[in-house]
Amino acid sequence: MITLLQILLRLAFWLALAPLLPGIINKVKAWVAGRRGPPLLQLYYDLARLWRKGAVLSTLASPGFVAGPAVAWVALLGAAVLMPLGPAGGAVGFRGDVLLLIYLFAVARFATAWAALETGSAFEGMGAAREVSFAVLAEVALITAVLSLSVQTGSLTLTEMLAPAPGPGAALLAGGLFAVLLAENCRVPFDDPNTHLELTMIHEVMVLDHSGPPLAVILHGAALKLLLFAVLLSQAVLPVEALPAPAAAAVLAAAVVVVAVGVGLVESLLARFAFRRVPLLLTTAFLLCLFALVLAWKGGAA
Amino acid sequence: MSGLVNLLIGLAMGLNLLALASSRLPSVIRTVAVQGVALGLMPLLIEPHPGWLVALVALATIGVKGFVIPALLGRAMRAANIDREMEPFIGFVPSLLLGAGGAIAGVAGARFLPLLPEHAGTLLVPGALASIFTGFVLLVGRVKAISQVCGYLILENGIYLFGLLLIRSTPLLVESGILLDLTVGVFVIGIIVDRIQRAFDSLDTRKLTALHE
Amino acid sequence: MIAALLILLPLAGALLAAAWPDERTRPWLLPATGVLHTGLTLRLLVRPPPLAADAWFGFDPLARAVLPAVSLLFLFCALYAVSYLRLRTERPNRVFVASLLAILGLLSAGHQARHLGVLWVTTEAITLATVPLLHFNGTARAFEATWKYLLVGGTGIALSLLGSFCLGYASLRGGGGGDLTFAALVAQGAGLSRPWVLIAWVFLLVGYGTKMGLAPMHTWKPDAYGEAPAIVGALLAGGVTTVAFTALLRVRAVVVAAGAGSVADGTLLAVGGFSLVVAALFLLATRDFKRMLAYSSIEHMGILVLGTACGGAGLAAALFHVWNNGLTKGALFLSAGNIRRAAGARTADEVGGMAAIAPQSAALFVAGLFAITACPPFGPFFSELRVLRAALATGHFAAAGLFLGCLLLAFIGLTRLVFAITDGRPRTDRRAPGRPLETAGVILPPLLLLGLSLWLGLATPPILGDAWTAAASLLSSAP
Repeated sequence: MITLLQILLRLAFWLALAPLLPGIINKVKAWVAGRRGPPLLQLYYDLARLWRKGAVLSTLASPGFVAGPAVAWVALLGAAVLMPLGPAGGAVGFRGDVLLLIYLFAVARFATAWAALETGSAFEGMGAAREVSFAVLAEVALITAVLSLSVQTGSLTLTEMLAPAPGPGAALLAGGLFAVLLAENCRVPFDDPNTHLELTMIHEVMVLDHSGPPLAVILHGAALKLLLFAVLLSQAVLPVEALPAPAAAAVLAAAVVVVAVGVGLVESLLARFAFRRVPLLLTTAFLLCLFALVLAWKGGAA
Repeated sequence: MSGLVNLLIGLAMGLNLLALASSRLPSVIRTVAVQGVALGLMPLLIEPHPGWLVALVALATIGVKGFVIPALLGRAMRAANIDREMEPFIGFVPSLLLGAGGAIAGVAGARFLPLLPEHAGTLLVPGALASIFTGFVLLVGRVKAISQVCGYLILENGIYLFGLLLIRSTPLLVESGILLDLTVGVFVIGIIVDRIQRAFDSLDTRKLTALHE
Repeated sequence: MIAALLILLPLAGALLAAAWPDERTRPWLLPATGVLHTGLTLRLLVRPPPLAADAWFGFDPLARAVLPAVSLLFLFCALYAVSYLRLRTERPNRVFVASLLAILGLLSAGHQARHLGVLWVTTEAITLATVPLLHFNGTARAFEATWKYLLVGGTGIALSLLGSFCLGYASLRGGGGGDLTFAALVAQGAGLSRPWVLIAWVFLLVGYGTKMGLAPMHTWKPDAYGEAPAIVGALLAGGVTTVAFTALLRVRAVVVAAGAGSVADGTLLAVGGFSLVVAALFLLATRDFKRMLAYSSIEHMGILVLGTACGGAGLAAALFHVWNNGLTKGALFLSAGNIRRAAGARTADEVGGMAAIAPQSAALFVAGLFAITACPPFGPFFSELRVLRAALATGHFAAAGLFLGCLLLAFIGLTRLVFAITDGRPRTDRRAPGRPLETAGVILPPLLLLGLSLWLGLATPPILGDAWTAAASLLSSAP
């Protein structure tokens, strides 16, 4: 009973805080550009507005068009349940839960791409193809990062794995995971969330036909994914376990904000890469994680 | 001290990958320059009591590899009005993967080489192997003359790293001779690059195809 | 003292040439230096100087066995250069003359180098000093050839530096002091760390093999020989490659002393055989008579290496062949240069009937052809015979068979092309009116070189035979 309550509380925490992150990023971007920018809570307003609206469905669209975003959102919620939160640990944890986490991310991506294909429009299909082709490379990097964490700690349980050893390996991992975060969440330099040109869109073009509550679910899911990755990155790099509980929570929160500010800075300072350069960047991310893996291996052997 | 040496070599190995991944010639040249400076510092760190002669050689190395040669290459590049490697023989992603494979193989392979105990823990040999391999990938995989020269420089840097194993036993005279030869060599290459540019109006070595059998 | 003079005199000559104000008289510095240099070398050949054991340079038995040939070749090339540069007054010759003299000094240094590092420095310096000679003609093709020479040669020379370091590390790992003089390395012998010696051998073979032009590291050679002036080709084929060869011989002596001689000779056999095959096949296909000389040079480098691999008598025969190859190839290059100028073209498609246009040069070219394809009584016949006998005596029957087969193919290829050029009807009479094409200045040097080659075959001076045997026994003796 208490466990169930704990899970619910935790979910509420994730759901409530997720839309804050894009707000921070947008504030940073506005600040760099010298504008006032949208309010910090803009995404909350947007979600509320979208939720009240009705959805427009194309006559060509299949049920998957609506089901896709829902499945993706639920998968991400599952990931949120698995993700440990510093001193609080994970709500649910078992040996090998990290594999489930990776699969849940994959399911979410699959469902979004599936929904995009079900619109019956060529544009969305194109976006889905791009998203998936980049994801293939990003996933390799993510799996390598997870592997290196696993080798480092000799465990396959998330709560135990996210207790990294400080050193050059952590720095490499930070770089690699940050690039994965940018790619997975469709940020600059992989994708531009603000673009209005369909030909260059990736993620945005997939959800072009969605409206009303389904769009709200998609937007909220994207924010949740960003928060999940930021938390994962922070815990993979910082040894928060070692700190006392209040300090650990503060450090974790600060780290997530730092990641958000970093994303905002990258978005302000970099232009989006040409499509053919993206694989190079993702390969670099993969290599960073790979070197972290090699270091973990060598350190373990010595 | 050994930690700092390893850090510098690790940096040099990272720069190898950077040189393999970047398509813009100025950044390749800059990468090579930074690598030259990093390696030029090494003798000062390795020698327990560096004398003024060692300092002089280190200073000369840094000056030549970090500033003179890059400036020369930069000038040749501007004269030729190119700054990009457009269609390499070996693409950027494959060359990056090759370089990373070379680096890992260097680290793994160095364990099987019979090294003296004082060298076994350092990254000297892996770094040398990785740089030599990177140099070859650039030499073979790029078509612009300047990229090839950069590859040659990285190859030389790898050999220089290996030569640091012998720093206690090689007479300084020989080392300075080697350095002098390298400098003159790159000068000559620079001049030839300039002439090729004038003769062919391009620095694309694919155009050098009049001679073949 | 005189040994040092051999190095310093040409270098001083180079400086003088760089400062010499007059274009017309500057080329005369070449034969002047050449005569002095040849005189000194011959004197040292007859009366070898005492040798300091740990000196970095010295006129040791190997230098004694090889350097006089290079010196003689340079002398005749220098004589030819005077007439040649008079024909090429449209191009300034300051850098050309200075570089030629510098190369002579560096060649002397390279042959006398008794320190691995110093040997590398001289070889690299020779490579760099050759560059201005290669693009003397200033054509786009010349620059292309120079670029390939620099890139391939530079990479090769870099690898030989790596090999030198590896050999030094072999000494350190084996408990030595890392002294890179050949005497110290040979003295350490079996004390050298064997894995490092083998690694070093691979890199040094590839590195100096590139400079020698052994297949498959030969790709720069046809381009460079094809585009460079005749004198430069002759000096590259007879001088620069010889330095790389003596470098390999010195390194091989260290490897033999370290107890890995069979590995070294096995690889030499393989590389030499491959060079012979590659050269023979390309000789059958090429249509360009200057590139033909390059492939012939690759073939003869293969013969040198093959002889070395047989050790002992084979090594002495290889040293004999250094003389024959250098002098005969010199005659061929110089007469080919005459034909090239008279014809204005280089391929058998454009050139024909040179026996009518330039009769003396064509006659020399044909005679040189017979000399280089080992027809008796020219020198190459005897040295190649000795290589063959050494191969048979040491039981390398397959290598001997391959050697003979490739010689036959090369003979077919060379005669086919040479007679296509000399015989038949002239395609176009490009003889410039009013300019004597075949002056004594361009005919006598190749004639004399060919005469020397003939003399070496008919009556090899005993002192040379002694020099070769002494060098060979020194280089193959395990301590």
